[in-house]
Amino acid sequence: MSFVSFENVSLAYAPGGANAIENVSLNIREGEFVAVVGPSGCGKSTLMKLVSGLKPPSEGYVFVDGREVGGPLKIIGMAFQAANLLPWRTTLDNVMLPLEIVEPFRSNLKKEKAKYTADAEALLAKVGLAGYGDKFPWELSGGMQQRASICRALIHQPRLLMLDEPFGALDAFTREELWCMLRDLWQQQPFTVVLVTHDLREAVFLADTVYVMSKRPGRILVRKEIDLPRPRPLDVTYTDAFAGYVHELREHIGRIRES
Amino acid sequence: MAVKQSTLIKVAPWALTITLFLVWEIICTGLKIPDYLMPAPSAIWVAGVEYASPIMMHATQTLFTTLAGFALAVVVGMVLGLAVGASPLIYKACYPLLVGFNSIPKVAFVPVLVVWFGIGTVPAILTAFLISFFPVVVNVATGLATLEPELEDVLRSLGAKRWDIMIKVGLPRSLPYFFASLKVAITLAFVGSVISETVASNLGIGYLMMSASSSMNMPLVFAGLIVIGVMGVVMYELFAVLENRLTGWAHRNPNAPG
Repeated sequence: MSFVSFENVSLAYAPGGANAIENVSLNIREGEFVAVVGPSGCGKSTLMKLVSGLKPPSEGYVFVDGREVGGPLKIIGMAFQAANLLPWRTTLDNVMLPLEIVEPFRSNLKKEKAKYTADAEALLAKVGLAGYGDKFPWELSGGMQQRASICRALIHQPRLLMLDEPFGALDAFTREELWCMLRDLWQQQPFTVVLVTHDLREAVFLADTVYVMSKRPGRILVRKEIDLPRPRPLDVTYTDAFAGYVHELREHIGRIRES
Repeated sequence: MAVKQSTLIKVAPWALTITLFLVWEIICTGLKIPDYLMPAPSAIWVAGVEYASPIMMHATQTLFTTLAGFALAVVVGMVLGLAVGASPLIYKACYPLLVGFNSIPKVAFVPVLVVWFGIGTVPAILTAFLISFFPVVVNVATGLATLEPELEDVLRSLGAKRWDIMIKVGLPRSLPYFFASLKVAITLAFVGSVISETVASNLGIGYLMMSASSSMNMPLVFAGLIVIGVMGVVMYELFAVLENRLTGWAHRNPNAPG
C-alpha cells in the first residue's frame, strides 16, 4: 500500500493554460526517501504543492495516506531553499511555530509548554544547534538557519517531509554536512521524504528512489532505485557504484536538455 | 587629539543648527534688515519670551489637535492598511479612491470641514487626520503584501487560516513599515492642524501666526514657526526611539544585535 500516490496527474496554473506537469503517476511507500531531479522549471515545486494540498490537480488524482488530497494536510512538514525564519522570533520560537497552528498541539500549547519547549530543544540539539535556541535567526550562519528551518518542518512530527532544494544556497562543505544531518534524522525516526533538488549527488546519496522529470510540461521520465547499503557514510560518494548512478542520471538530464 | 567619529555624529545636528542661526543673526544685523521683513534670531527669542504664555497656550492646542488627528490616522490607517494589504480585491477597489483623495490639497478641504463642524478644534483634528493617514495605509499594506510566498506555503500546508497567518506573520512583519510611516505621519499631522488653524480657528499656533502677521509682528510669526518645528522634531525623535525599541530586529546590526 503506497503512502503517496499520483494517478495521471496534470496541473495547469491558469485554466486552459499550459500544463506545469503532465500525466504524472508515481507511488511512494511510507518511510521511503524520494528525490526528484530535473532541469530548472520542470515543475518540481508544483509537485510539492500538489502533495501538500496547496493546489488541486487539474486532472488526475493525488492520494496521501489512502485519502484523496482535498486541502492542506497537517501531516506535512515543508522546508525551502530560503530558510524563511521569522526575524522577530528566536530560533526556538521559530521552530515551535507549527505547534501554534497544528492541532492537537495548538490546544495543548499552554498546558504542555514545558514539554514542547524541551522537545524543540532536543530537536535543535539533534541537528547540532544545542544552545542556539535563544539566538535570533540573523545571528546564525546560512547553514545553521537551514538546520533550524528543517527543525521547524519536523517539530510537529509530520509523516511526510517535503524539501524544495533545501541545500541549494549553501556552500559545498556545509551542504554535505547537512546531507548527513538529514540522513541521521531520517534514520533515527523514519518518515517519508520528498526531496526536490538540482544536485544529482545529493539525490543519489540520500534517496531510496530518484525520479527524473522532463522539461516543462514536467513528466516523469525515469524512476531509478538507488541500491546502496544503509547507513551510507559520506565516503560512499567516492565509490564506483555511486559514481555509476550519478553518471546514469546525468546522461538522462543531458538528453532532456538537448531535446 | 582627533575627535572620535561617533562624537562628531552626535554633535553634528546641534552644530549645524547653531551655525545656521548664527549666520542668520549676522546677516540680519550686518545688513540692518528691519524686523518686520526678516527678524533676527535674537529678536525672535525676545518675542518668544515676551509672548511665552500665549505661545504655550496655542502650542498646547496645536499639539492636542495634532496628536488627536494623528491617533485617528494611526487607527484608521492601520485598519485600512490591513484590509488593503490582506485582500487583493479590497486593494483594487480602494486604490484609485485613496490615491485620488490623497492628491487633493487638504487646505482646499478645510472650508468644507468648517461648514460641517464650525471653526476651531474639530476641523484641525480632521485635517491632521486626513493629511497623515495615507502613509500609514500604504506602509502597512506594503508590509503585508510583501510576505514571502514560501512562508505562506509553510503555514498554509499546516492548515493555518488566513487569520493565523495575519497574526503570526503578517502583522509583526508589517510593524517596521508601520513605525517608519508613523515618523512621516506625525510631521504631516502638524502640517494639517496648522493649515486648518490658519484658515479657520481662533486657537492654535496657526491662528497665532495669522493674527501676528496681520499686525506685522514678524518676530512672533517666526517664534510660532520655530515652535512648530521644534514640536515636529521632538515627536519624530520620540517615534524613532519607539521604533528602535519595538522593531530592533528589522534594523539589525551584526555587531550590536537587538
